[in-house]
Amino acid sequence: MTVTASGTLPVEPYDVAVVGAGVVGCAVARGLAHHPGLRVALVEAQDDVGQGTSKANTAILHTGFDAVPGSLEARLVREGARELAAYAAESGIPVERVGALLVAWDEEQLAALPRLAEKAARNECHDTRLLGPADLYAREPHLGPGALGALHVPGESIICPWTTTLAYAVQAVRGGVDLHLNAPVTHAGHADGVHRLDTPRGPLHARRLVNAAGLHADTLDRALGHHDFTVTPRRGQLVVHDRFARALVRHILLPVPTALGKGVLVAPTVYGNVLLGPTAEDLDDKRATGSTAEGLSRLRAQGRRILPALLEEEVTAVYAGLRAATEHDDYRIAAHPDQGYVTAGGIRSTGLTASLAIAGHAIGLLAGTGLDLGPRRPLAPVRMPNLGEAFPRPHQQPERVAADPEYGILVCHCERVSRGEIRDALAGPVPPRSLDGLRRRTRARAGRCQGFYCGAAVRALFEEAQR
Amino acid sequence: MTGRQVDVLVVGAGPAGLAAASLLATTGARVEVLEREQRPGGVPRHCAHGGFGTWPATLTGPAYAALLADGAARAGAEVRTGVTALDWAGPRTLTTIGPRGTETLAARAVVLATGARERPRAARLVPGTRPAGVCTTGELQQAVHLYGQHIGTRAVIVGAEDVSHAAADTVRAAGAEVVALVTELPRAPVAPVRTLTARLWHRTPVLTGTTVTELLGHGRLSGVRVRHRDGRTATLACDTVVFTGDFVPDHELARRGALTLDPGTRGPAVDGALRTSRPGVFAVGSVLHAVESAATAAREGAHAATAVRAWLTRDADPADGNWPAGVPLVAEPPLLRITPNRVTPADRLPYLLRTAFPLTRPVLDVTQDGRPLHRERFPLTRAVPHRALTLTARWTHRVDPGGGPVHVTVSRPV
Repeated sequence: MTVTASGTLPVEPYDVAVVGAGVVGCAVARGLAHHPGLRVALVEAQDDVGQGTSKANTAILHTGFDAVPGSLEARLVREGARELAAYAAESGIPVERVGALLVAWDEEQLAALPRLAEKAARNECHDTRLLGPADLYAREPHLGPGALGALHVPGESIICPWTTTLAYAVQAVRGGVDLHLNAPVTHAGHADGVHRLDTPRGPLHARRLVNAAGLHADTLDRALGHHDFTVTPRRGQLVVHDRFARALVRHILLPVPTALGKGVLVAPTVYGNVLLGPTAEDLDDKRATGSTAEGLSRLRAQGRRILPALLEEEVTAVYAGLRAATEHDDYRIAAHPDQGYVTAGGIRSTGLTASLAIAGHAIGLLAGTGLDLGPRRPLAPVRMPNLGEAFPRPHQQPERVAADPEYGILVCHCERVSRGEIRDALAGPVPPRSLDGLRRRTRARAGRCQGFYCGAAVRALFEEAQR
Repeated sequence: MTGRQVDVLVVGAGPAGLAAASLLATTGARVEVLEREQRPGGVPRHCAHGGFGTWPATLTGPAYAALLADGAARAGAEVRTGVTALDWAGPRTLTTIGPRGTETLAARAVVLATGARERPRAARLVPGTRPAGVCTTGELQQAVHLYGQHIGTRAVIVGAEDVSHAAADTVRAAGAEVVALVTELPRAPVAPVRTLTARLWHRTPVLTGTTVTELLGHGRLSGVRVRHRDGRTATLACDTVVFTGDFVPDHELARRGALTLDPGTRGPAVDGALRTSRPGVFAVGSVLHAVESAATAAREGAHAATAVRAWLTRDADPADGNWPAGVPLVAEPPLLRITPNRVTPADRLPYLLRTAFPLTRPVLDVTQDGRPLHRERFPLTRAVPHRALTLTARWTHRVDPGGGPVHVTVSRPV
């Protein structure tokens, strides 16, 4: 198993290099790991997998009910959702099929619901149902006053985005993929059938290239002479509310898209929090992952209407993610056979859901560029540590605590993370290189105290492991 | 899962919990204290400054924590560290987890002493990026005093009250520079000498009327943007920002148990015997009023011990009767909160009040259903937001236990 974060990159050319270790890049790398004949590199600019858009989204496993029917995105979301649901069950990734309610707050939105139900049916989502106000308030008694009805989409689910990306990366690395972190591609070129990727850690060569660079996919695409799309980062600010708010909401409460734009959603998370967001701000700066006073006050005003009691609970975290929006309505996934190059660009807010299907599609295109994938083998299944509240955590399993008392010693009290879980994460095949990375693997320091109680203790465990 | 029975279960081994446990164990009760941290003592464990204990023989926080823990152990209480009370399994039964596994502990009385914590950056809705180098005083003090961790080189302290100055001292003790103390308030909520010492002795600016509007930096904090109330803005370059004060009760167990909370304190509502809304369940210390001093917390622990003893030795009453409900005690603006916040005629514990702004020679009126119960004058006192104002309990016998809420209002001095 090879994971590097420093030092010169290997000299010998790889068969395939995947640029970008977000959820899509990791899924592609995992897919390629099924082919033991290939030497594959997964190249990432930052110090961890899933550090960009993949870590800061709404954590929803979509049905694709509102995709543009007939689009590539619609198909990949539909297929990907099925694949990911099965994969999550097998790998221990927490998923809760809570269902979504598109809540109509005015006549225009109410009138839009039947059309959305038809669109859902065209996206092979046939189990939607229109609800009147009585049914709606019976399902969501804490909903603010004035809702006129809703469309129920039972298949919409919530999922842990961190564990998903990490599970792909772990399987890829175990399957022989070399993961190179801290290796931002500063320049790319193609000559004599070989791609050369320049990074601060030296050049990396590969005969085939997959562009899964997310926000930077357009830059890499241009370096190889293509001008198919421009990424306009669309910022989504999100507010995470205390776990005491979880009892206030049962479904994902989605806005009804209208001519006036998309509203915000309120959704439970698998960690037992409640999300409010996102904003949708088109920006130029691909590093503008900050929240703003205006964004937060707008979200809270909308949240107050949707679920008034939510605002009574404390905010546990605020974050902002940048979606890789382009000028096109669909994904920009394309093969350039002459270059041995596949782009997976414009993967906006559905990348998590569609990741496995995108990977399958991209690998198909890669084979179409003349790459001989060689024999295919099944990968050893991966079993991820559970971060979800709906499934037993280690401290809730007496037999595990009996066998290993470290699972009974809680370090992070708000999120109830044991010393055993932190130890396991630090010793994992793709270990964290920062406290944030440790948080995404364990939930340590992710709770309402944000480290008041446990911050120094968690840091001590982390620093001990770095020695 | 195993089940055991004890007389008294104390949750939290800070000053309040340990004081209660010591006194109860002395009288022969079987007392068990559950402490989720690895060492007992609560917040004083990581307060390196002095001023704890009884004047003039004051101690540092860690020495005071050790003294209380030793006292409880010597009195015969079992203090179990590394054990977390997870949830309720009955009216006075808790499930716990520790290295020895899960346990269900039933008690005849439960004392909640779960303390308080500072609200972190996110809860205060401070916008910006999410870099490393953002913490609270609690984390800072533990990092420096318990773990000897490096904390950066230049720190901005958000807040200008006593705990903020303690944080500044910790930053200096760690060899780093305090860039400034920043508070939204027009005047620093602290004894003037403290602000003066910071400004003149430490040459640390104390910026009043100033709001932190944004945190900057990717990876590590690079600065904080501030705005003065006159509209001026500035960026303070720093790699650490400490959010201090703004304490809230750690009320998770109280809420999980559906105990009645007081809207003013957000902690469990208690009467003058520190009884919560549930028979046999008491609450003491900072979970009642985030926060007063460690001495106040310890005093409440000791006071509750008397009531717990009375509850343990009561005539067996299967219906949990004899548990006076009390009537709500409400502090009206500009008063922010009052503790205890329910009242029964037998209550003797003085009341702690906090005011939103300074009051010169205040006069407090206590009324029930329009009927005056008591008037208390403070002719020599200027009540300030950063110190508690104490109201006697000499009037409680006039309370009608069947009447409406009792109100405490501020009158103009006469």
